[in-house]
Amino acid sequence: MAEQPVKHYQVGTFVIGNRLLDPDQRSVQARMERSNTLTSGHRACRGCGEALGARYALDAAMRATGGSVIAANATGCLEVFSTPFPESSWQLPWIHSLFGNAPAVAAGMAAAMKAKGREEVRVVGQAGDGGTVDIGLACLSGMFERNDDVLFICYDNEGYMNTGVQRSGATPPAARTANTKPVGSEPGNAFGQGKSVPLIAMAHEIPYVATATVAELRDLEAKVERAMELRGARYIHAFVPCPLGWGSASEDTIKLARLAKETGLFPVFAAEGGEVTAVSKIRRRTPVVEYLRPQRRFAHLFRPEENREVIDRIQAGADRNIARFGLIDGEGSGDV
Amino acid sequence: MLEQLEGSQAIARTVAACRPEVISAYPISPQTHIVEGLSDLVRAGDLAPCEYLMVESEFGAMSACIGASAAGARAYTATASQGLLYMAEALYNASGLGLPIVMTLANRAIGAPINIWNDHSDAMSQRDSGWIQLYAETNQEAADLHVQAFRLAERISLPVMVCMDGFILTHAYEEVDVPSPERVDAYLPPFEPRQVLDPDEPVTIGAMVGPEAFTEVRYLMHAKQLEALDLIPSIAGEFESAFGRRSGGLVRGYRIEDAETVVIALGSVLGTIEEVVDELREQGVRIGALAIKCFRPWPSQEIRAALSDVGRVIVLEKAFAVGAGGIVGQNVRLALGGGARIHDVIGGLGGRPITRRSLRTLLEDVLADRLEPRLLHFLDLDHDVVERELERLRRGGRPGPHAENIVRELGIVAARPH
Amino acid sequence: MFGVRIHGRGGQGVVTAAELLSVAAFDEGRHAQAFPTFGSERTGAPVVSFCRIDDRPIRVREPIAEPDALIVQDPTLLHQVDLFSGLGANAYVLINSSRGIAELGLAELSGRFRRERLLTVPATALAREHVGRPLPNAVLLGGFAALAGVVSIDAVAAAIRGRFPGPVGEANVAGAEAAGGYVRGEVGGLVGA
Repeated sequence: MAEQPVKHYQVGTFVIGNRLLDPDQRSVQARMERSNTLTSGHRACRGCGEALGARYALDAAMRATGGSVIAANATGCLEVFSTPFPESSWQLPWIHSLFGNAPAVAAGMAAAMKAKGREEVRVVGQAGDGGTVDIGLACLSGMFERNDDVLFICYDNEGYMNTGVQRSGATPPAARTANTKPVGSEPGNAFGQGKSVPLIAMAHEIPYVATATVAELRDLEAKVERAMELRGARYIHAFVPCPLGWGSASEDTIKLARLAKETGLFPVFAAEGGEVTAVSKIRRRTPVVEYLRPQRRFAHLFRPEENREVIDRIQAGADRNIARFGLIDGEGSGDV
Repeated sequence: MLEQLEGSQAIARTVAACRPEVISAYPISPQTHIVEGLSDLVRAGDLAPCEYLMVESEFGAMSACIGASAAGARAYTATASQGLLYMAEALYNASGLGLPIVMTLANRAIGAPINIWNDHSDAMSQRDSGWIQLYAETNQEAADLHVQAFRLAERISLPVMVCMDGFILTHAYEEVDVPSPERVDAYLPPFEPRQVLDPDEPVTIGAMVGPEAFTEVRYLMHAKQLEALDLIPSIAGEFESAFGRRSGGLVRGYRIEDAETVVIALGSVLGTIEEVVDELREQGVRIGALAIKCFRPWPSQEIRAALSDVGRVIVLEKAFAVGAGGIVGQNVRLALGGGARIHDVIGGLGGRPITRRSLRTLLEDVLADRLEPRLLHFLDLDHDVVERELERLRRGGRPGPHAENIVRELGIVAARPH
Repeated sequence: MFGVRIHGRGGQGVVTAAELLSVAAFDEGRHAQAFPTFGSERTGAPVVSFCRIDDRPIRVREPIAEPDALIVQDPTLLHQVDLFSGLGANAYVLINSSRGIAELGLAELSGRFRRERLLTVPATALAREHVGRPLPNAVLLGGFAALAGVVSIDAVAAAIRGRFPGPVGEANVAGAEAAGGYVRGEVGGLVGA
């Protein structure tokens, strides 16, 4: 492996590509021969979690396959900011077809490769949460149940950011969006709605399902690498904060992703064949308030005064995740 | 070799002879026998290498074909009616991306009211989708058109829809010389994609295009369709040389040389029309028929040339633009300009048989100038039933669903002789 | 042009019967066209199928409103559906029943059609005997071949064997031949009488 000697003054950090680790354990981004699959010059917002997640995930997939990946992309931010005609940031073969069909397009690509005897060419499908949990769900479920040889990655920023921040089936309760404004008696998005596509994916008993956040990019990479070791339908649900849609500071993207995990609001785990095989434990238990307060989409929970009742309901949801996934040792069964 | 077999089986075997590498389909009547036949051939290993994807919807079916075609595979699907509408978004995408997918459309009506029988509402609803649309008169022609469709699609990098009348053709047992794999191999070269997702040469397909270039990209689609007007006759000619029979092309005239009156139609009804033309010719009426084999692109010049000396044209079509009029009729007017007197006649909706008797009555009315050319005419329309239902509406209140009222009034018994 | 209309119920092989008849005619060098009244009919619902046979290629696609022959696979349809619509005086009528025309309450038909062309044949009973299942369609075709003579019993047998290779086909052929023998006997009796 080509190495670039760099003088390090930080030790023990996990965010500079782990260049102090053994070469095999280092991030793909620490390598000179990284593929830059989503290369610089694209038009994502400052602090875009989706651009970061997509870059790490696809570069990891490229490394795992020796650069033999073709990708299908749903309509959405990732598609728009990466390919304004005639420019493209994609350095891998890439197709955008429609909003709701990326899993089916990817399935067709995988079928083509199989028919052509080119099964060394691997297929990745990707979409935001709208293209995955809402409009793309039927095609995704079909791809899962047929066990098509596709890794599908959802970059979940919890709303329709490309169209101006509307609610999706992945928008959390109480969040303000363009169509769940903080007006009326129950401000923000309703409680008791939404869905967990990772759990839906597990119900298909596909070979691999995992969640990850852009706060732990080595974990995301490792999950992509594991996914590429397997054949059949695989699903990774990556949590990617959106400064624009969430009303958060662009420098807080990583912090918010970490808080989502540390509060228990976004459980990070992996499952194989429908059974949970690994859970990322919460290192420092954190109340949800710390996650909510920096985001303007939750500002109405703190002004004019703190809305304890709603915050408690959100906390109760986090606590349920902690118990359900066993995110803290000794709390809950961990029986998903 | 001629065989007596079901139309759908002839199509399945012909498509298999074209060696598609990916088939992706969702079941809908009356397309089912075609894709069942192909599934059998793939499972038995008679069609290999080929991946058959049993998708969750027609939208998924066309989308998988898009992915497969973009990855360089020859891709095929089949659908009908509601299924075509459900894949509409993907249809425009496939043509916009210039992917040479071939699809059989087993023409069927669109609901509501739900109706599984034949008409052309489905195909006509997607006439502007950028797909080439070919129409078969017989099962022989339907089979032959599939072979030509793959060749045409791949030559010009556009998707092609082969329209065959649902049930009337798909479920009819008649004689077909199924194109043999050997002859198809000689006629249809391997698929050489114009664009392909290949790790050795990465390309971006489907990028966003803004106002600065969208017009030019769309114009290219139009230019390619116009190019197809030249290609289709030459491909049909090469087919005739290779297989020894005439199939396809743009239009086909029947006894139009000295005709004063010509009936224009698409699809399987042409045979019935020819019978009536022969009957009237025996009575000395100078009448002929013109089959439109290719509706998109629209063969304006060929139609104008075929009808240059014709005074009266009857456009008999199995769909219409609700609130406007005939669809094929409008296109015929576009081709002919002024001159001929054009009658728009809608018939065969939702599987109502177009009979020789009805056609004779219609043509006798036209010949005797009893049919007002400016009005849209509905063949065999039961005016009494319509009037009674309109009257019920005028009475106000809650008259209930039209379909239920009319069916109850007619006292329809299942499976009347016709 | 010779047109045949077949009435029966969903599950009785009404469509298959028309198809087999068309194959038999095709194998004898004729042109043939078979098609169903396409429907989403479920098991037990009334179903109609058609077969045209001609020496010239067949162009017409409409249903057969004025058939030259009628095959009724299910006698329970007799008083439910207008089975005899469009039939001329010289038409052939073959009804699956172990009872006679008069017993079926169809005595008035005797005047409408030529007596030696109006027959019942116990096809369900013959099917039970030869095939082991009450599926009368192929058996009736044997009777029809004997009654109308538009296709030969051998061509019908070949069509049955082609569609159902093996013992099932052989059993149906045996049933069809038995029905043919029965019909020849009946016709002989009527002509002789």
